[in-house]
Amino acid sequence: MAHLELKNITVRFGGLYALSELSFSINTGEVLGLIGPNGAGKTTIFNVLTGVYKATEGDVLFEGESILGRKPHEIFAKGVARTFQNIRLFSKMTALENTMVARHCRSNIGVVGSILRTKAQIEEETFIKQKALDALEFMGVVKFADTVASNLPYGYQRRLEIARALASEPKVLLLDEPAAGMNPSESAELMKDIEKISKSGIDVLLVEHDMKVVMGVCSRIVCVDHGIKIAEGTPQEIQKNPQVIEAYLGQPANQ
Amino acid sequence: MIQEFKKIWKQYAITMLWLLGILWPLLGIHPDGTLSFRQTFTVWSYILAGTFICFIFYIINKSDNFKLLTEPIANTSQKLNNSLQSMPSWIWKSALLFGAVIYPIATGRYATDVAINVLLYVSLGLGLYVVVGLAGMLDLGHIAFYGVGAYTYAILNVKYGMGFWVCFPFAGLSACIAGCIVGYPTLKMRGDYLAIVTLGFGEIVRIILNNWMSLTNGPNGILGVKSIGILRPVMENGFTFEMFWVTKLELFYYFALGLAILTIIAVTRLGSSRIGRAWESIREDETAAELMGVNTFYYKLLAYAMGAIFAGFAGALFAARMRFVSPESFTFLESVMLLCMVVLGGMNSIPGIILGVIALIALPEVFRGLESYRMLVFGSTMVIMMLFRPSGLIAAKRKKMMETKQPEERG
Repeated sequence: MAHLELKNITVRFGGLYALSELSFSINTGEVLGLIGPNGAGKTTIFNVLTGVYKATEGDVLFEGESILGRKPHEIFAKGVARTFQNIRLFSKMTALENTMVARHCRSNIGVVGSILRTKAQIEEETFIKQKALDALEFMGVVKFADTVASNLPYGYQRRLEIARALASEPKVLLLDEPAAGMNPSESAELMKDIEKISKSGIDVLLVEHDMKVVMGVCSRIVCVDHGIKIAEGTPQEIQKNPQVIEAYLGQPANQ
Repeated sequence: MIQEFKKIWKQYAITMLWLLGILWPLLGIHPDGTLSFRQTFTVWSYILAGTFICFIFYIINKSDNFKLLTEPIANTSQKLNNSLQSMPSWIWKSALLFGAVIYPIATGRYATDVAINVLLYVSLGLGLYVVVGLAGMLDLGHIAFYGVGAYTYAILNVKYGMGFWVCFPFAGLSACIAGCIVGYPTLKMRGDYLAIVTLGFGEIVRIILNNWMSLTNGPNGILGVKSIGILRPVMENGFTFEMFWVTKLELFYYFALGLAILTIIAVTRLGSSRIGRAWESIREDETAAELMGVNTFYYKLLAYAMGAIFAGFAGALFAARMRFVSPESFTFLESVMLLCMVVLGGMNSIPGIILGVIALIALPEVFRGLESYRMLVFGSTMVIMMLFRPSGLIAAKRKKMMETKQPEERG
């Protein structure tokens, strides 16, 4: 069954079509790659999926239920978590606190409970902290738990972003260029992590320019260009697809 | 050392001559046209002497000879710091509380009066800390909530004869509603725009208070507000209760102290709860916070409401103490002073804000001996403060949640 499905999504900014009639789905248990040249609309797709933009036409289904027009925090609470292309950590908060923020939607003690510091509140805080630490441990950032996010080494900032998204125990994880700015050994580590995430039962949608990463971890790839889906298939199929080659490299000179 | 001196003595000499050049027209030319030199040279020689000492210190510092002096000081302060940290927190907390309790007995009426002011502003400042420090929304009209709280109590008391304890929650409630009224339309604004809107709101409240004659009695204010009444058991002719009005300043001090302590506890706990984290995430990156499951709409409104409630409570207490309210107590200048206290003390630390409040209320009192130069000295103290400690008197410290030692940071 499709976990997260885009149906004929069109996003228009004035007269500009960012996405037109785009459909694809992320199936249970897969790592779906989303590739395309710069400006193809990959990040727009992310923004539609997470509720930042509202699609002009079409529908977004999550587990069979439409999430179109829902607020981003509601979609996140339903189990669609994301990371950002340019790292957007809460830079003055520690790594642990960053991760704890993501548990916000999974907890519900209010103002009165917090001021009175009730037993339930203390228990909930301990639980939040435990879950956050688990996520940090999973991504190997736990040694930096008390470090302020902006002081983390770059690679660990990327990992912390993923840990923060994972802390909410999402069903689908959207990764927006996680390997950007990483060296080959770091991106090899990242590939292992993505596989680990996938094995733990979370579906992954991966936007990435590093083809080695995409071809290495994705079971299926969707290629978009100018807001239109131009190809879909296994990594091998995508590599041979003439339209994909054309989108990236241009037409052969002899035509 | 001599090298350092050679490097900058010319610059120093030129600066001093230049100073003399601009000082003379200011001091030497009198309104009646006569010229004099004596005063100029006296003032100039004082400045010369002062700056020369600074100059020498600067050179010693530049040539690293200063370390001989500063190192032992730094070492002892480090040791002191360590021993303070290893001490359980209840020791210094109870010491502070003890000091606060005996304060009005140990000092005089005037000092108690200043202290009450400090305590009320601690509640106000911590309310503003929730809005500015935690949620990161610049609020230039926070004093309006203080005014709403004060007027709520004054009106309910004078017009409807309701007692302090009945009105107290109402003061908080009406300030909270006012907070939501200003919060709701500004939720989509950020930074400068928000500051301007809150500034406007503060002025609107003051102008309403000034002009709604039938309700607020306009600029004349409301007179005859009753103080806090408590029921006191009396043993004469059987066991009865008697209304007892808190009129003594010392007693009032304890009420203000109670409110301040309650506010400190409430704000500290809120700050370290999931709500505080949600606020901080909004301050750091609103879009990311929304995408990480924080209902930014609700939490921004909540920040305004909470900040306003604390201000409203403080306002009710203020009205009960002064037994008089007028729009003049809630001007824009007060809002600015309040914001200064929060920024000066350290925007993100509660002890810092308390220190900031004490500094900004106590310093003008301390400088009273300087008479008309008071505000000048006060202003320059603030400028120097912000130059040397831009993050406030006590900078924010992130709470360490892990027992393990922090790893060395890598480059």
